[in-house]
Amino acid sequence: MTPGTIDQIFVISKHWLLGYVPAMLQPVVSAILSVAPVLVVFPLLFAITTVLERKGLGRIQNRYGPNRVGPFGFSQPIADGIKSLTKEDIVPRSADQVVHFLAPLLLVLAAFLAYAVLPIGRNMVIVNLNAGVLFFFAVGSMVELAVFMAGWSSRSKYSLLGAMRAVAQMISYEIPLVLASIVIIMASGSLSTVAIVNLQSGYTSIWPHWFLFTPWGFAGFILFMIAATAESNRSPFDLPEGESEIIAGYYIEYSGFKFALFFLGEYLGMFATSGLAITLFLGGWSAPFSFLTWIPSYLWFFAKLLVIICAFIWVRGTFPRLRMDQLMGLAWKFMLPMALLNIFTAGVWHFMPAGIARWLLCSALLLAPCLLLSRGLKQGRKLQVRTYRFAE
Amino acid sequence: MLGAGILKGLAETARNFFGSYVSKDRLTTVQFPEERAPRIEASRNFPFLVYDGADAQQGLRCVSCFICEKECPPKCIFIEKSTDKKPDATGKPQFYPARFNIDVSVCMSCQICVEVCPFNAIKMDTDFELSTTGRFDDLLWNKDRLSKSNEYYNQIHPTEAAAVDAELAEARAKAAAPKTPPPPPPTPPAKEIAAEK
Repeated sequence: MTPGTIDQIFVISKHWLLGYVPAMLQPVVSAILSVAPVLVVFPLLFAITTVLERKGLGRIQNRYGPNRVGPFGFSQPIADGIKSLTKEDIVPRSADQVVHFLAPLLLVLAAFLAYAVLPIGRNMVIVNLNAGVLFFFAVGSMVELAVFMAGWSSRSKYSLLGAMRAVAQMISYEIPLVLASIVIIMASGSLSTVAIVNLQSGYTSIWPHWFLFTPWGFAGFILFMIAATAESNRSPFDLPEGESEIIAGYYIEYSGFKFALFFLGEYLGMFATSGLAITLFLGGWSAPFSFLTWIPSYLWFFAKLLVIICAFIWVRGTFPRLRMDQLMGLAWKFMLPMALLNIFTAGVWHFMPAGIARWLLCSALLLAPCLLLSRGLKQGRKLQVRTYRFAE
Repeated sequence: MLGAGILKGLAETARNFFGSYVSKDRLTTVQFPEERAPRIEASRNFPFLVYDGADAQQGLRCVSCFICEKECPPKCIFIEKSTDKKPDATGKPQFYPARFNIDVSVCMSCQICVEVCPFNAIKMDTDFELSTTGRFDDLLWNKDRLSKSNEYYNQIHPTEAAAVDAELAEARAKAAAPKTPPPPPPTPPAKEIAAEK
């Protein structure tokens, strides 16, 4: 088998299977064959991520992390799954039963829908929508609805406050998220995720044409990842959950498998947003060097995804959480202006002749305002080390 | 510089992450069933009865004076006094508890029984792996289960046990001394008990 065949093995085997199906059923079976792997692979990735996250966080805090179930604790998600399946499912008496039931399902559904437009490998995308990026963000907004349904239907002050926080945060960060990805749409002239990846899959000598390696692409990637962290409610933006103030936030009234579904939905959302970041900035399934193209494209996608997941875990293990006003301030006062400026810079880049001058100007256009803005926001706010009379 | 603190924090956690794979000293967790932390001398949970010598039932220091039963705040001790006297570890005839039960599901580990015991017969244990399958009978400990040797006591509370042993040896030496000089006063608490009886 040539590397090309291995690269396309899933596509080839799907077509081979479809050959045995009557022509009338082919569209349906084709859809099922495309969707089923996503429904298997990403929850599996979720299971692996929970172990990796707990072990990684443990190591960051000089602990072992889970190491009891199976070899090195890697069967922990099976134990967790059995536990959450066999737990009693409690619905508060005054809750809105239907909405309470539907909220976790909608969350998972929204998270899964987003995978429809992610190109996982060469020719491996469920639907090649010509408005793929738009579809992704439209579906991503459904998460807010699910979160608010959960918070409202539980009829608990904690869940309502948690849902309000979550919705406020998600809507605020959706704006920099979308604006950061607009530069890619400007540069590629297409909303189709497949077209965006194809545009990045060329090489100059050994270096790839990823949008990350431009000033606006780099800034866009940073902005996108910060917004993505906030979108998936992860630390340091995990305000919707707060043990000290609102306990578990919007899913406080959920138990058993519904709670596990929220967990799953949150992680699937994180993978989907990371997948979009890979698609937009990191060249999707394309290899990082031209001499590594013999490795199958889908492996590159998952390798990049794992790297981003590890970065998420690292960030979670490092930073303390923000306060609500700091969270909102970061979104509206810093990230929104920077994202708008980034769009402008991308325009400047487009109309300037290629060369070192373009690089310098665009970098300066982004760096100087970033420094000025952060200095301006710090003004009048004294950051001082707290002194203690007796503790030291 | 902007973001320097963020990078510093990330470097610190990365150092922890990789360091925990390199040096064992970073990982302070004791992997319990396989490894055990040394027992803490000052810890306590439930009381046990101390015996001297080899035979648990003969060597019990307890003379069933009922003080601990009376003092026990949650009333978890039940004692039945013997009708006869038997020689104790030193050979002196003494009453002994025919039954001595402690309900550890009721016991609140207050150590009051230990404080009031005039014979140093009841002490606090440090054993903590006490789970059972029965809620009632398995948690109601009888005399056989409660009896533990003085060597065991020395092992779990060395400092305290050494002091107790010295005190007892002194008392026995006084008791064994010839009666011609002014009779040595018996240990005051024992006197009280005698008076009570």
